[in-house]
Amino acid sequence: MERSFYGTTLASPLMLGTAGYPSPATLTAAFQASGASVATVSLRRESGAAREGQDFWAMIQALDVKVLPNTAGCHTVKEAVTTAHMAREVFGTPWIKLEVIGDDDTLQPNVFDLVEAARVLSADGFQVFPYTTDDLVVADRLLEAGCEVLMPWGAPIGSGRGLNNPFALRAMRAHFPDVPLVVDAGIGLPSHAAAAMELGYDAVLLNTAVSKAGDPAMMARAFADAVRAGAAAHAADPMEPRDMAAPSTPVLGKAFLS
Amino acid sequence: MKPVTVIGAGVAGLCVATELTARGVPVRIIDRAKPPSPKACSWWAGGMLAPWCERESAEEEVIRFGQEAFGWWQRHTDCVRQEGSLVVALGRDRQELARFGRRTSGYQEVDRATLREMEPDAAAVHGGLFFPDEAHLSPRDALASLVDGLEAAGVVFEEREVATPEPDGPDLTIDCRGLAAKDRLDDLRGVRGEMVVLRCPDVSFRRPIRMLHPRIPIYLVPRGEGVFMLGATMIETSSRAGVTARSLLELLSAAYALNPAFGEAEILEIGVDVRPAFADNLPRIRRKGNVIRANGLYRHGFLLAPSLARMVADLVQHDIQPEFSDDQAYA
Repeated sequence: MERSFYGTTLASPLMLGTAGYPSPATLTAAFQASGASVATVSLRRESGAAREGQDFWAMIQALDVKVLPNTAGCHTVKEAVTTAHMAREVFGTPWIKLEVIGDDDTLQPNVFDLVEAARVLSADGFQVFPYTTDDLVVADRLLEAGCEVLMPWGAPIGSGRGLNNPFALRAMRAHFPDVPLVVDAGIGLPSHAAAAMELGYDAVLLNTAVSKAGDPAMMARAFADAVRAGAAAHAADPMEPRDMAAPSTPVLGKAFLS
Repeated sequence: MKPVTVIGAGVAGLCVATELTARGVPVRIIDRAKPPSPKACSWWAGGMLAPWCERESAEEEVIRFGQEAFGWWQRHTDCVRQEGSLVVALGRDRQELARFGRRTSGYQEVDRATLREMEPDAAAVHGGLFFPDEAHLSPRDALASLVDGLEAAGVVFEEREVATPEPDGPDLTIDCRGLAAKDRLDDLRGVRGEMVVLRCPDVSFRRPIRMLHPRIPIYLVPRGEGVFMLGATMIETSSRAGVTARSLLELLSAAYALNPAFGEAEILEIGVDVRPAFADNLPRIRRKGNVIRANGLYRHGFLLAPSLARMVADLVQHDIQPEFSDDQAYA
């Protein structure tokens, strides 16, 4: 089933961040190798706000992918809303990845302020991609607030731990069959991305796993292969695990040689 | 022989002028400010000659060409301190050290006891990597030293604004204007850096210390007499606006974590400037008619300016194609 992101169908389920690459040349090479359809851009750091940030912005535009600005590093509703407005002006898109950090050690989202900020921004015409936990009640509130996409975490940002709670992610998929879901944060390896796609998620969003790899372009290619494999596996209706062995070759009638 | 004009008296221009002068090529230098000047971004540099460490996030060329820097600076100044450099991480960021070690070479692993002997004031860390062949210098002293040498050789400095040099100009001109040369180098970009100069007599380091952190890696370079350069942020923008509270907090907190005595340090200077860089963060030398544009030293000004200067001089004297060239380079 193809779920659209505010009316946009993505050619690839890979969303890549643009921070922390050794150089713009390696960033460009990684995007080309990944076939990613979306680039997240942090307004605070790679400041597109002033004219002075335009070189970086021009480079992102040259990638020819959808831009998803984010409110990374925001800690309050006010900060996140202000950043979102700046982002809309600079990048010319209603898309915003909404991040409201509640704890500095785990970079865990403050879900209360997240819902509030999502309400304010949705009412203002933004198309909000909320970075949230895997809590179903919070997810429900986010949808109520106007979000049409949910982005639960796999694990804390930058931790590379993969899917910490596959049970909760599976429950979320089952609970919201019509909502586009993205695993955002915590993905360290292509196998983690494949696992998210196997659960039926619509996309994965990652940054550090590629930007801090020894060879970002090679890692980006590995992620492209992984999401393709995971999506195909989900579409192919995988078998259910069972507790008992089930021989794939019938024993009955087997040649008796000894 | 008519003098070659060098425009820009930052580390690139001064190294090019020094190299040409040493080879007997007459030179004049033009800059809007008398060097060494805070208007050049090299004024704010760390001054680490650390090609092996830099390899962590830079292309292989940085090691290959960076090694020319040691001898060059020793020949032309007496500013080089050959003490090696240390890379450390605090307890919970220890994996960063393993990653750094995998991406680099030319180091020895040092345990806590050895580290304590080497740098007693870096006791907060449990271990690290020692790069024995690396060195550092004080950028302002080194630039002043080059200026003295050039003046002694009779080179004329002209302190004035100058028009953008064009290929059809009458004299051979080396354009070393850094980011200002973006008016002729479309693919040049600015990478903002913020740094702090501290005086902290309670702390003494012999060598630069880099502290790894997934978000806020910092380095401290000793300048002697209790003075340290603490740097440096890397932000993709050409803005020279004042330092942000966030950057300052991050830099100072990291120094404080390395040794709480930095909490008592006197802040002498806060610097902000913008490094010129190309997409792969490697420098370029491009010639067109009578202009040679040498630029893009990024965060490797003192490390790569010597090889840049050697290549420019080889191009001027013998028409040798520079290694720092690309398809647009040499027309």
